[in-house]
Amino acid sequence: MGELYKVSSNPHIRSRSTTSGLMLAVIIALMPAAGYGVYNFGIRALAVILVTIASTVLTEFLLGKFVFQKMTITDLSSVVTGLLLALNLPVAIPLWMAALGGVFAVLVVKMLFGGLGQNFMNPALAGRCFLLLSFPTAMTAFDCDTYTGATPLAALKAGEQVNVLDMFLGHTAGTIGETSVVALLAGACFLLLLGVIDLRIPGSYIVSFVLFTAIFGGHGFAPDYLAAQLSGGGLILGAFFMATDYVTRPITIKGQYIFGIFLGLMTGIFRIFGPGAEGVSYAIILGNLIVPLIEKYTQPVAFGIRKGGIRREK
Amino acid sequence: MAKLTFVGGIHPYDGKELSKDKPIQDVLPGSVVVYPLSQHIGAPAKAIVAKGDRVLVGQKIAESGGFVSSPIHASVSGMVKTIEPRRVVTGDMVMSIIVENDSQYEETEFHPASDLDKMSREEIVEAIREAGIVGMGGAGFPTHVKISPKEPEKIEYVIANCAECEPYLTSDYRRMLEEPERLVGGMKILLKLFPNAQGIFAVEDNKPDCISRLRQLTEEDGKISVKALKTKYPQGGERQLIYAVTDRKINSAMLPADVGCVVNNVDTIVSIYRAVHEGRPLMERIVTVTGNAVANPANFRVRIGTSYAEILEAAGGFKTNPEKMICGGPMMGFAMFGLDVPSTKTATALLALSKDEVSAMEPGPCINCGRCVEVCPGRIIPSRLADYAEHFDEEAFVKNYGMECCECGCCSYVCPAKRPLTQEIKSMRKIQLAKRKK
Repeated sequence: MGELYKVSSNPHIRSRSTTSGLMLAVIIALMPAAGYGVYNFGIRALAVILVTIASTVLTEFLLGKFVFQKMTITDLSSVVTGLLLALNLPVAIPLWMAALGGVFAVLVVKMLFGGLGQNFMNPALAGRCFLLLSFPTAMTAFDCDTYTGATPLAALKAGEQVNVLDMFLGHTAGTIGETSVVALLAGACFLLLLGVIDLRIPGSYIVSFVLFTAIFGGHGFAPDYLAAQLSGGGLILGAFFMATDYVTRPITIKGQYIFGIFLGLMTGIFRIFGPGAEGVSYAIILGNLIVPLIEKYTQPVAFGIRKGGIRREK
Repeated sequence: MAKLTFVGGIHPYDGKELSKDKPIQDVLPGSVVVYPLSQHIGAPAKAIVAKGDRVLVGQKIAESGGFVSSPIHASVSGMVKTIEPRRVVTGDMVMSIIVENDSQYEETEFHPASDLDKMSREEIVEAIREAGIVGMGGAGFPTHVKISPKEPEKIEYVIANCAECEPYLTSDYRRMLEEPERLVGGMKILLKLFPNAQGIFAVEDNKPDCISRLRQLTEEDGKISVKALKTKYPQGGERQLIYAVTDRKINSAMLPADVGCVVNNVDTIVSIYRAVHEGRPLMERIVTVTGNAVANPANFRVRIGTSYAEILEAAGGFKTNPEKMICGGPMMGFAMFGLDVPSTKTATALLALSKDEVSAMEPGPCINCGRCVEVCPGRIIPSRLADYAEHFDEEAFVKNYGMECCECGCCSYVCPAKRPLTQEIKSMRKIQLAKRKK
């Protein structure tokens, strides 16, 4: 036998999609929101974003170098984590806090559980909640050069009038990346068109949230109130970019709808009955925790399998 | 009603333009022709010739080794050189009859059927069995077993698998275009076996010329129809095909006959026609030689037993150095170590790829993206099953329908982390199937 060729099990061709490619798509999709954040809140927003990303990437780099002996930063997942975390922070946050959140997200939530694909909770959101619980004042201080006073959602909860158009465009107080619905939806459309995400989770999340809010919100189906609830806070950012996080959502198709509905109900409960005006972050990380349960009860039945056995029925 | 497609599946680059317009050419084998005794599923055939015997084209040289088995016929004339184990495509050593080709191609006497209408069911099945016909789409299941279900009158559909969904393959396409009369004739023989069945040619809609040609030939016949299926891999998978055409589902433990179907591949049906009407046993098949490393991609009529090296030579050899040689299509074919192995009844193609996409990519961790779930035609969760297989969790593997995998390769194809999902699942299935046999 002459020259030997390479052998492997079938299939012998592969699609072009790669993990780092998917991560890059998410990063690109977040650019409008990040860009608007910098425009809206000033150059300090850029500093927060860069510091947070540096902290997540550096954490993974150091762990890879000294603990795991495996360099994994090229998959870009910690860039996504850092960026998402930054977009969930108020612009005035001390930079060391932002960095601490990034370290917590990557070190505790992601790497200690085995790295990419193994974390049971969205790292960026877990990092945010960690900061929210540790430094509640700094995390909810939305006063900055551009805005003073409450976020639109807090105002809404206090029974004040809000400008829905401003909320839609993003001309309000809030975290760096959550304010502009337009910018977020532009990014979400990009991901939907590329097939990186689909509408199952965002769709069922938003629909169930609207229904819940209409029934229990005390304003019925008043369009202004519902539009404000939809545009305010982290709902759009959460629904399209965080709830759809592959690792921490159910892999079963039926499970994804249930997950979305659960998030909608939780967000509704937190926003309407909770002490704060916000609820998306807690809803999603709570949802992350019940993913194994959802998957357990939504296992698909294979093609051609019938109830009561596998033989033919006539 | 028929949906003409299925849920899941992929659309890989199909590469068919390389060879689809190349008419079928004959290739003659070199001085040595090798006939492995196991070219089908089931018991190996038993040699009935000995060293030094002279054999003729079409002469039976090995008899069935049981009911699920198939005889083998010489495709050249010449002297039996020896009978010894030889390496085959899969890398195994298989007992083979080696014939020294005298290049005379002296034929034995063939006995065509005088009148199909006078033949009984048993006679037709026997003619097909005797001709050594097996499923030529790749699996190699003996055809006489397939067409002998317990209750033939309960068969409602005889489906000709003309999907040819594997990328690069054009052998069935050329057959349909060049010998549609034989294909339709073969279908008529099958319909004679199943009095209550209608015949369906199931063709993917990327072959409109075949569809119109077959429609022309069958418009007079009320029992035969042509269905255009949506082009998607693996539309030609037996379970997907039956579902697309009849809306009926079978699982891994069922046979097509359980839902009233019999499915045969294009080349198989043509071989049935030749066996019955021309009396010629299965001695040749169409092989597509293609890929970006081949000088002149082509479709060849190959005498079974011809070595792949000779078939490649007929296509002008290599244009560039190939990294990978595949027997069959890129999705389900076998990677070959070398070309010095014989072609068999199930050899659909020889594919030479200049780059091996598999070894070029390092597998990473699963990110749970669910692409494998979306594309899996078996509607299972490949990423989880691969995990169970990797951890050797047999119970979880079987409970979560790991045995329903048809090994089509869609999951590995789409995986962004480049995990070898199909391979993991396939290995575990083999272990489980071996355990069941015990």
